[in-house]
Amino acid sequence: MTKPDKVQLFITCLIETLRPEAGLAVVSVLESLGLEVIVPEGQTCCGQPPFNGGLWDDARPLAKHTLDVLSQSDAPIVVPSGSCADMIKHHYVELFEDDPKYRQLAKDIAARTYEFTQFLVDVLGVTDLHAHFDGKVTYHPSCHLLRGQAIDHQPHELLKNVLDLEVVDLPNATECCGFGGLFAIKMGDISSAILQRKLDAIESTGAQAVVGCDVSCLLNIGGGLHRRGSKVETKYIAEILDKDENK
Amino acid sequence: MSTSTSSITFYERVEDALHNTQARGAFDRATKRFTTLRATAFESLPASEAVRDRARAIRAHTLGHLDQCLAQFADAVEKAGGQVHWAADAAEANRIICDIATANKVQRVVKSKSMVSEEIHLNRALEAMGLEVTESDLGEYIIQLAGETPSHIITPVIHRTKEQVGQILSEKVNMPPTTEPAEMTAFVRAKMRQVFLSADMGISGVNFGVAETGTIVTVTNEGNGRMTTTCPRIHVAVMGIERLVPTLADLSVMLQVLARSATGQKLSVYTNLITGPRRADEPDGPDELHIVLVDNGRSKILGTELAEILYCIRCGACLNACPVYREIGGHAYGSVYPGPIGSVVTPALYGVAPWSDLPHASSLCGACREVCPVRIDLPGLLLKLRHQTDEAGTTPKYLKFGLHAFRLAGTHPALFRLGARFASIGSRLMASNGWIKKLPGPLSHWTQSRDFPVFASETFTQQLKKRRAAKKA
Repeated sequence: MTKPDKVQLFITCLIETLRPEAGLAVVSVLESLGLEVIVPEGQTCCGQPPFNGGLWDDARPLAKHTLDVLSQSDAPIVVPSGSCADMIKHHYVELFEDDPKYRQLAKDIAARTYEFTQFLVDVLGVTDLHAHFDGKVTYHPSCHLLRGQAIDHQPHELLKNVLDLEVVDLPNATECCGFGGLFAIKMGDISSAILQRKLDAIESTGAQAVVGCDVSCLLNIGGGLHRRGSKVETKYIAEILDKDENK
Repeated sequence: MSTSTSSITFYERVEDALHNTQARGAFDRATKRFTTLRATAFESLPASEAVRDRARAIRAHTLGHLDQCLAQFADAVEKAGGQVHWAADAAEANRIICDIATANKVQRVVKSKSMVSEEIHLNRALEAMGLEVTESDLGEYIIQLAGETPSHIITPVIHRTKEQVGQILSEKVNMPPTTEPAEMTAFVRAKMRQVFLSADMGISGVNFGVAETGTIVTVTNEGNGRMTTTCPRIHVAVMGIERLVPTLADLSVMLQVLARSATGQKLSVYTNLITGPRRADEPDGPDELHIVLVDNGRSKILGTELAEILYCIRCGACLNACPVYREIGGHAYGSVYPGPIGSVVTPALYGVAPWSDLPHASSLCGACREVCPVRIDLPGLLLKLRHQTDEAGTTPKYLKFGLHAFRLAGTHPALFRLGARFASIGSRLMASNGWIKKLPGPLSHWTQSRDFPVFASETFTQQLKKRRAAKKA
């Protein structure tokens, strides 16, 4: 595709309400590349919680709402979350098997929806954002990013080009952090047990921060680290890549 | 029909499992070892991704033409001198096998490993008619002695340490105390020799049935499968109706992925292809071969949105890759089939309502789909089943109410903004230094091991508007 001059940002409900600074960093990065960033009005949640919970009748109206919001512009859609991008790209179609109009709309929207790092590297061809971060971090590849969409080299390439940043390997990196959305509530014991392994792995690296592309997983990991009294921070990837943030 | 091994709930079983640190250590070590071995084994297979595609295509074709494949298989078995029996459910399968035993005045039965025989609780039925039944797979033998059920499809005694195994063998069959696996194996091997030679009936499972030739294929690593199917005068092979491949050429594809996925071997030590009973001019083999084809819920899955689960070749790779299985092991699932495959196949076979917790026992991380040799979309099937569990009315009330409210807010942006405002204020009331240590109600499951940050005092949208206004000014 030809390189776009504007994008629509689907900010996700978690960044909107829990981690606005991650969203601001995303906007900064995209604007620094000369893009006009549209944040479509009225956007809320992609519908993943009720979809994953099996309540598809509750997920469908949210998906419809999101499709309506995103179809007001032809611009490509950037989603700063692996799992929300996966929901829009892969699961909306399934929700509208009996609704030809929205099924088609879901396909159209899916075809121009990109996870943030995927958009930077695969669409814009950008791997060096001239960012600077003095420190040692480790990277957790979230499941719906890595296995749901095979996005892995993109975040690694982007981090590799950050000046003064040392990225250390995370042991058993590809294992789940135990979040899983409602799974963390419904199966709290199992979720917690899985999380402890992830936290051990993160702390074993000696990194000062763990970087990820899903605020949801970082919420889980960050909450676990804080409970342990760990000094390790969580960083959404744009918070590292935003050159205005870490001068 | 339910095959639950106990009346306690899934949550109670999980709690027990999580408190069993010894078993959790064993699960962790074993699953990691198998995962590594599997990865290495696939590196040795040229064009392994294409082979997996081929294996999937074979399974898809077979299930798409199952009636023809079964008819062809049954014909070929009978032409080769074997007898075919059709069992609609577990009770019928057990009755057929018990009748064969009665007709042949069988007293002693030796078995090689078979998941479908676990599924139908065959040992219970045979023992109820006074027969002596001995499992000949080492792992199965140990759990039989301990009075347990398998905790893994491939390695049934994965939950036990070698010290515990030594203790079980000493207590139950007077093995001289040892912690050396080689000594234990030698002891059981010598004992098992007598069992093979004195058994009247050998019962095996079937890894694959080949439709064109009527051949049944069993793979084992201990050689017990070969002894079970050749020494006794009667051989009964129990198989699920979905376990067919059309041709021997197809079989070779499946064998390339089965052992690699299951145990990280290029091929299992013994791969047996059995076509018919002993011929008149052959010195060894059983006088009679009976093949019992078990439906037990499978045919009703065909043609549904869950049909893909019948592609499964029971390799166990998804168990080893699953972060949930690694923590809780096999018994917590309460079904003969644990792990991701079990969480789909159990409710699919025995009903969604009694097994409604299983599809939710997953973070949907997708590690299972990644290792499945026939690329079953296990997370996708779990999602479909979750939808079915909701339609069956099993969603907890708090969740139903919470997600309805969430839907309402999510489709009314003004309400959503108001919700964010309330969340921000509410979370601040509960927090100290920006973190909540204890959330109320069901949300307390979150804060049992992690803190929760306060919601932002200004949302992203508000902050961006301010930033943009400031830039303009």
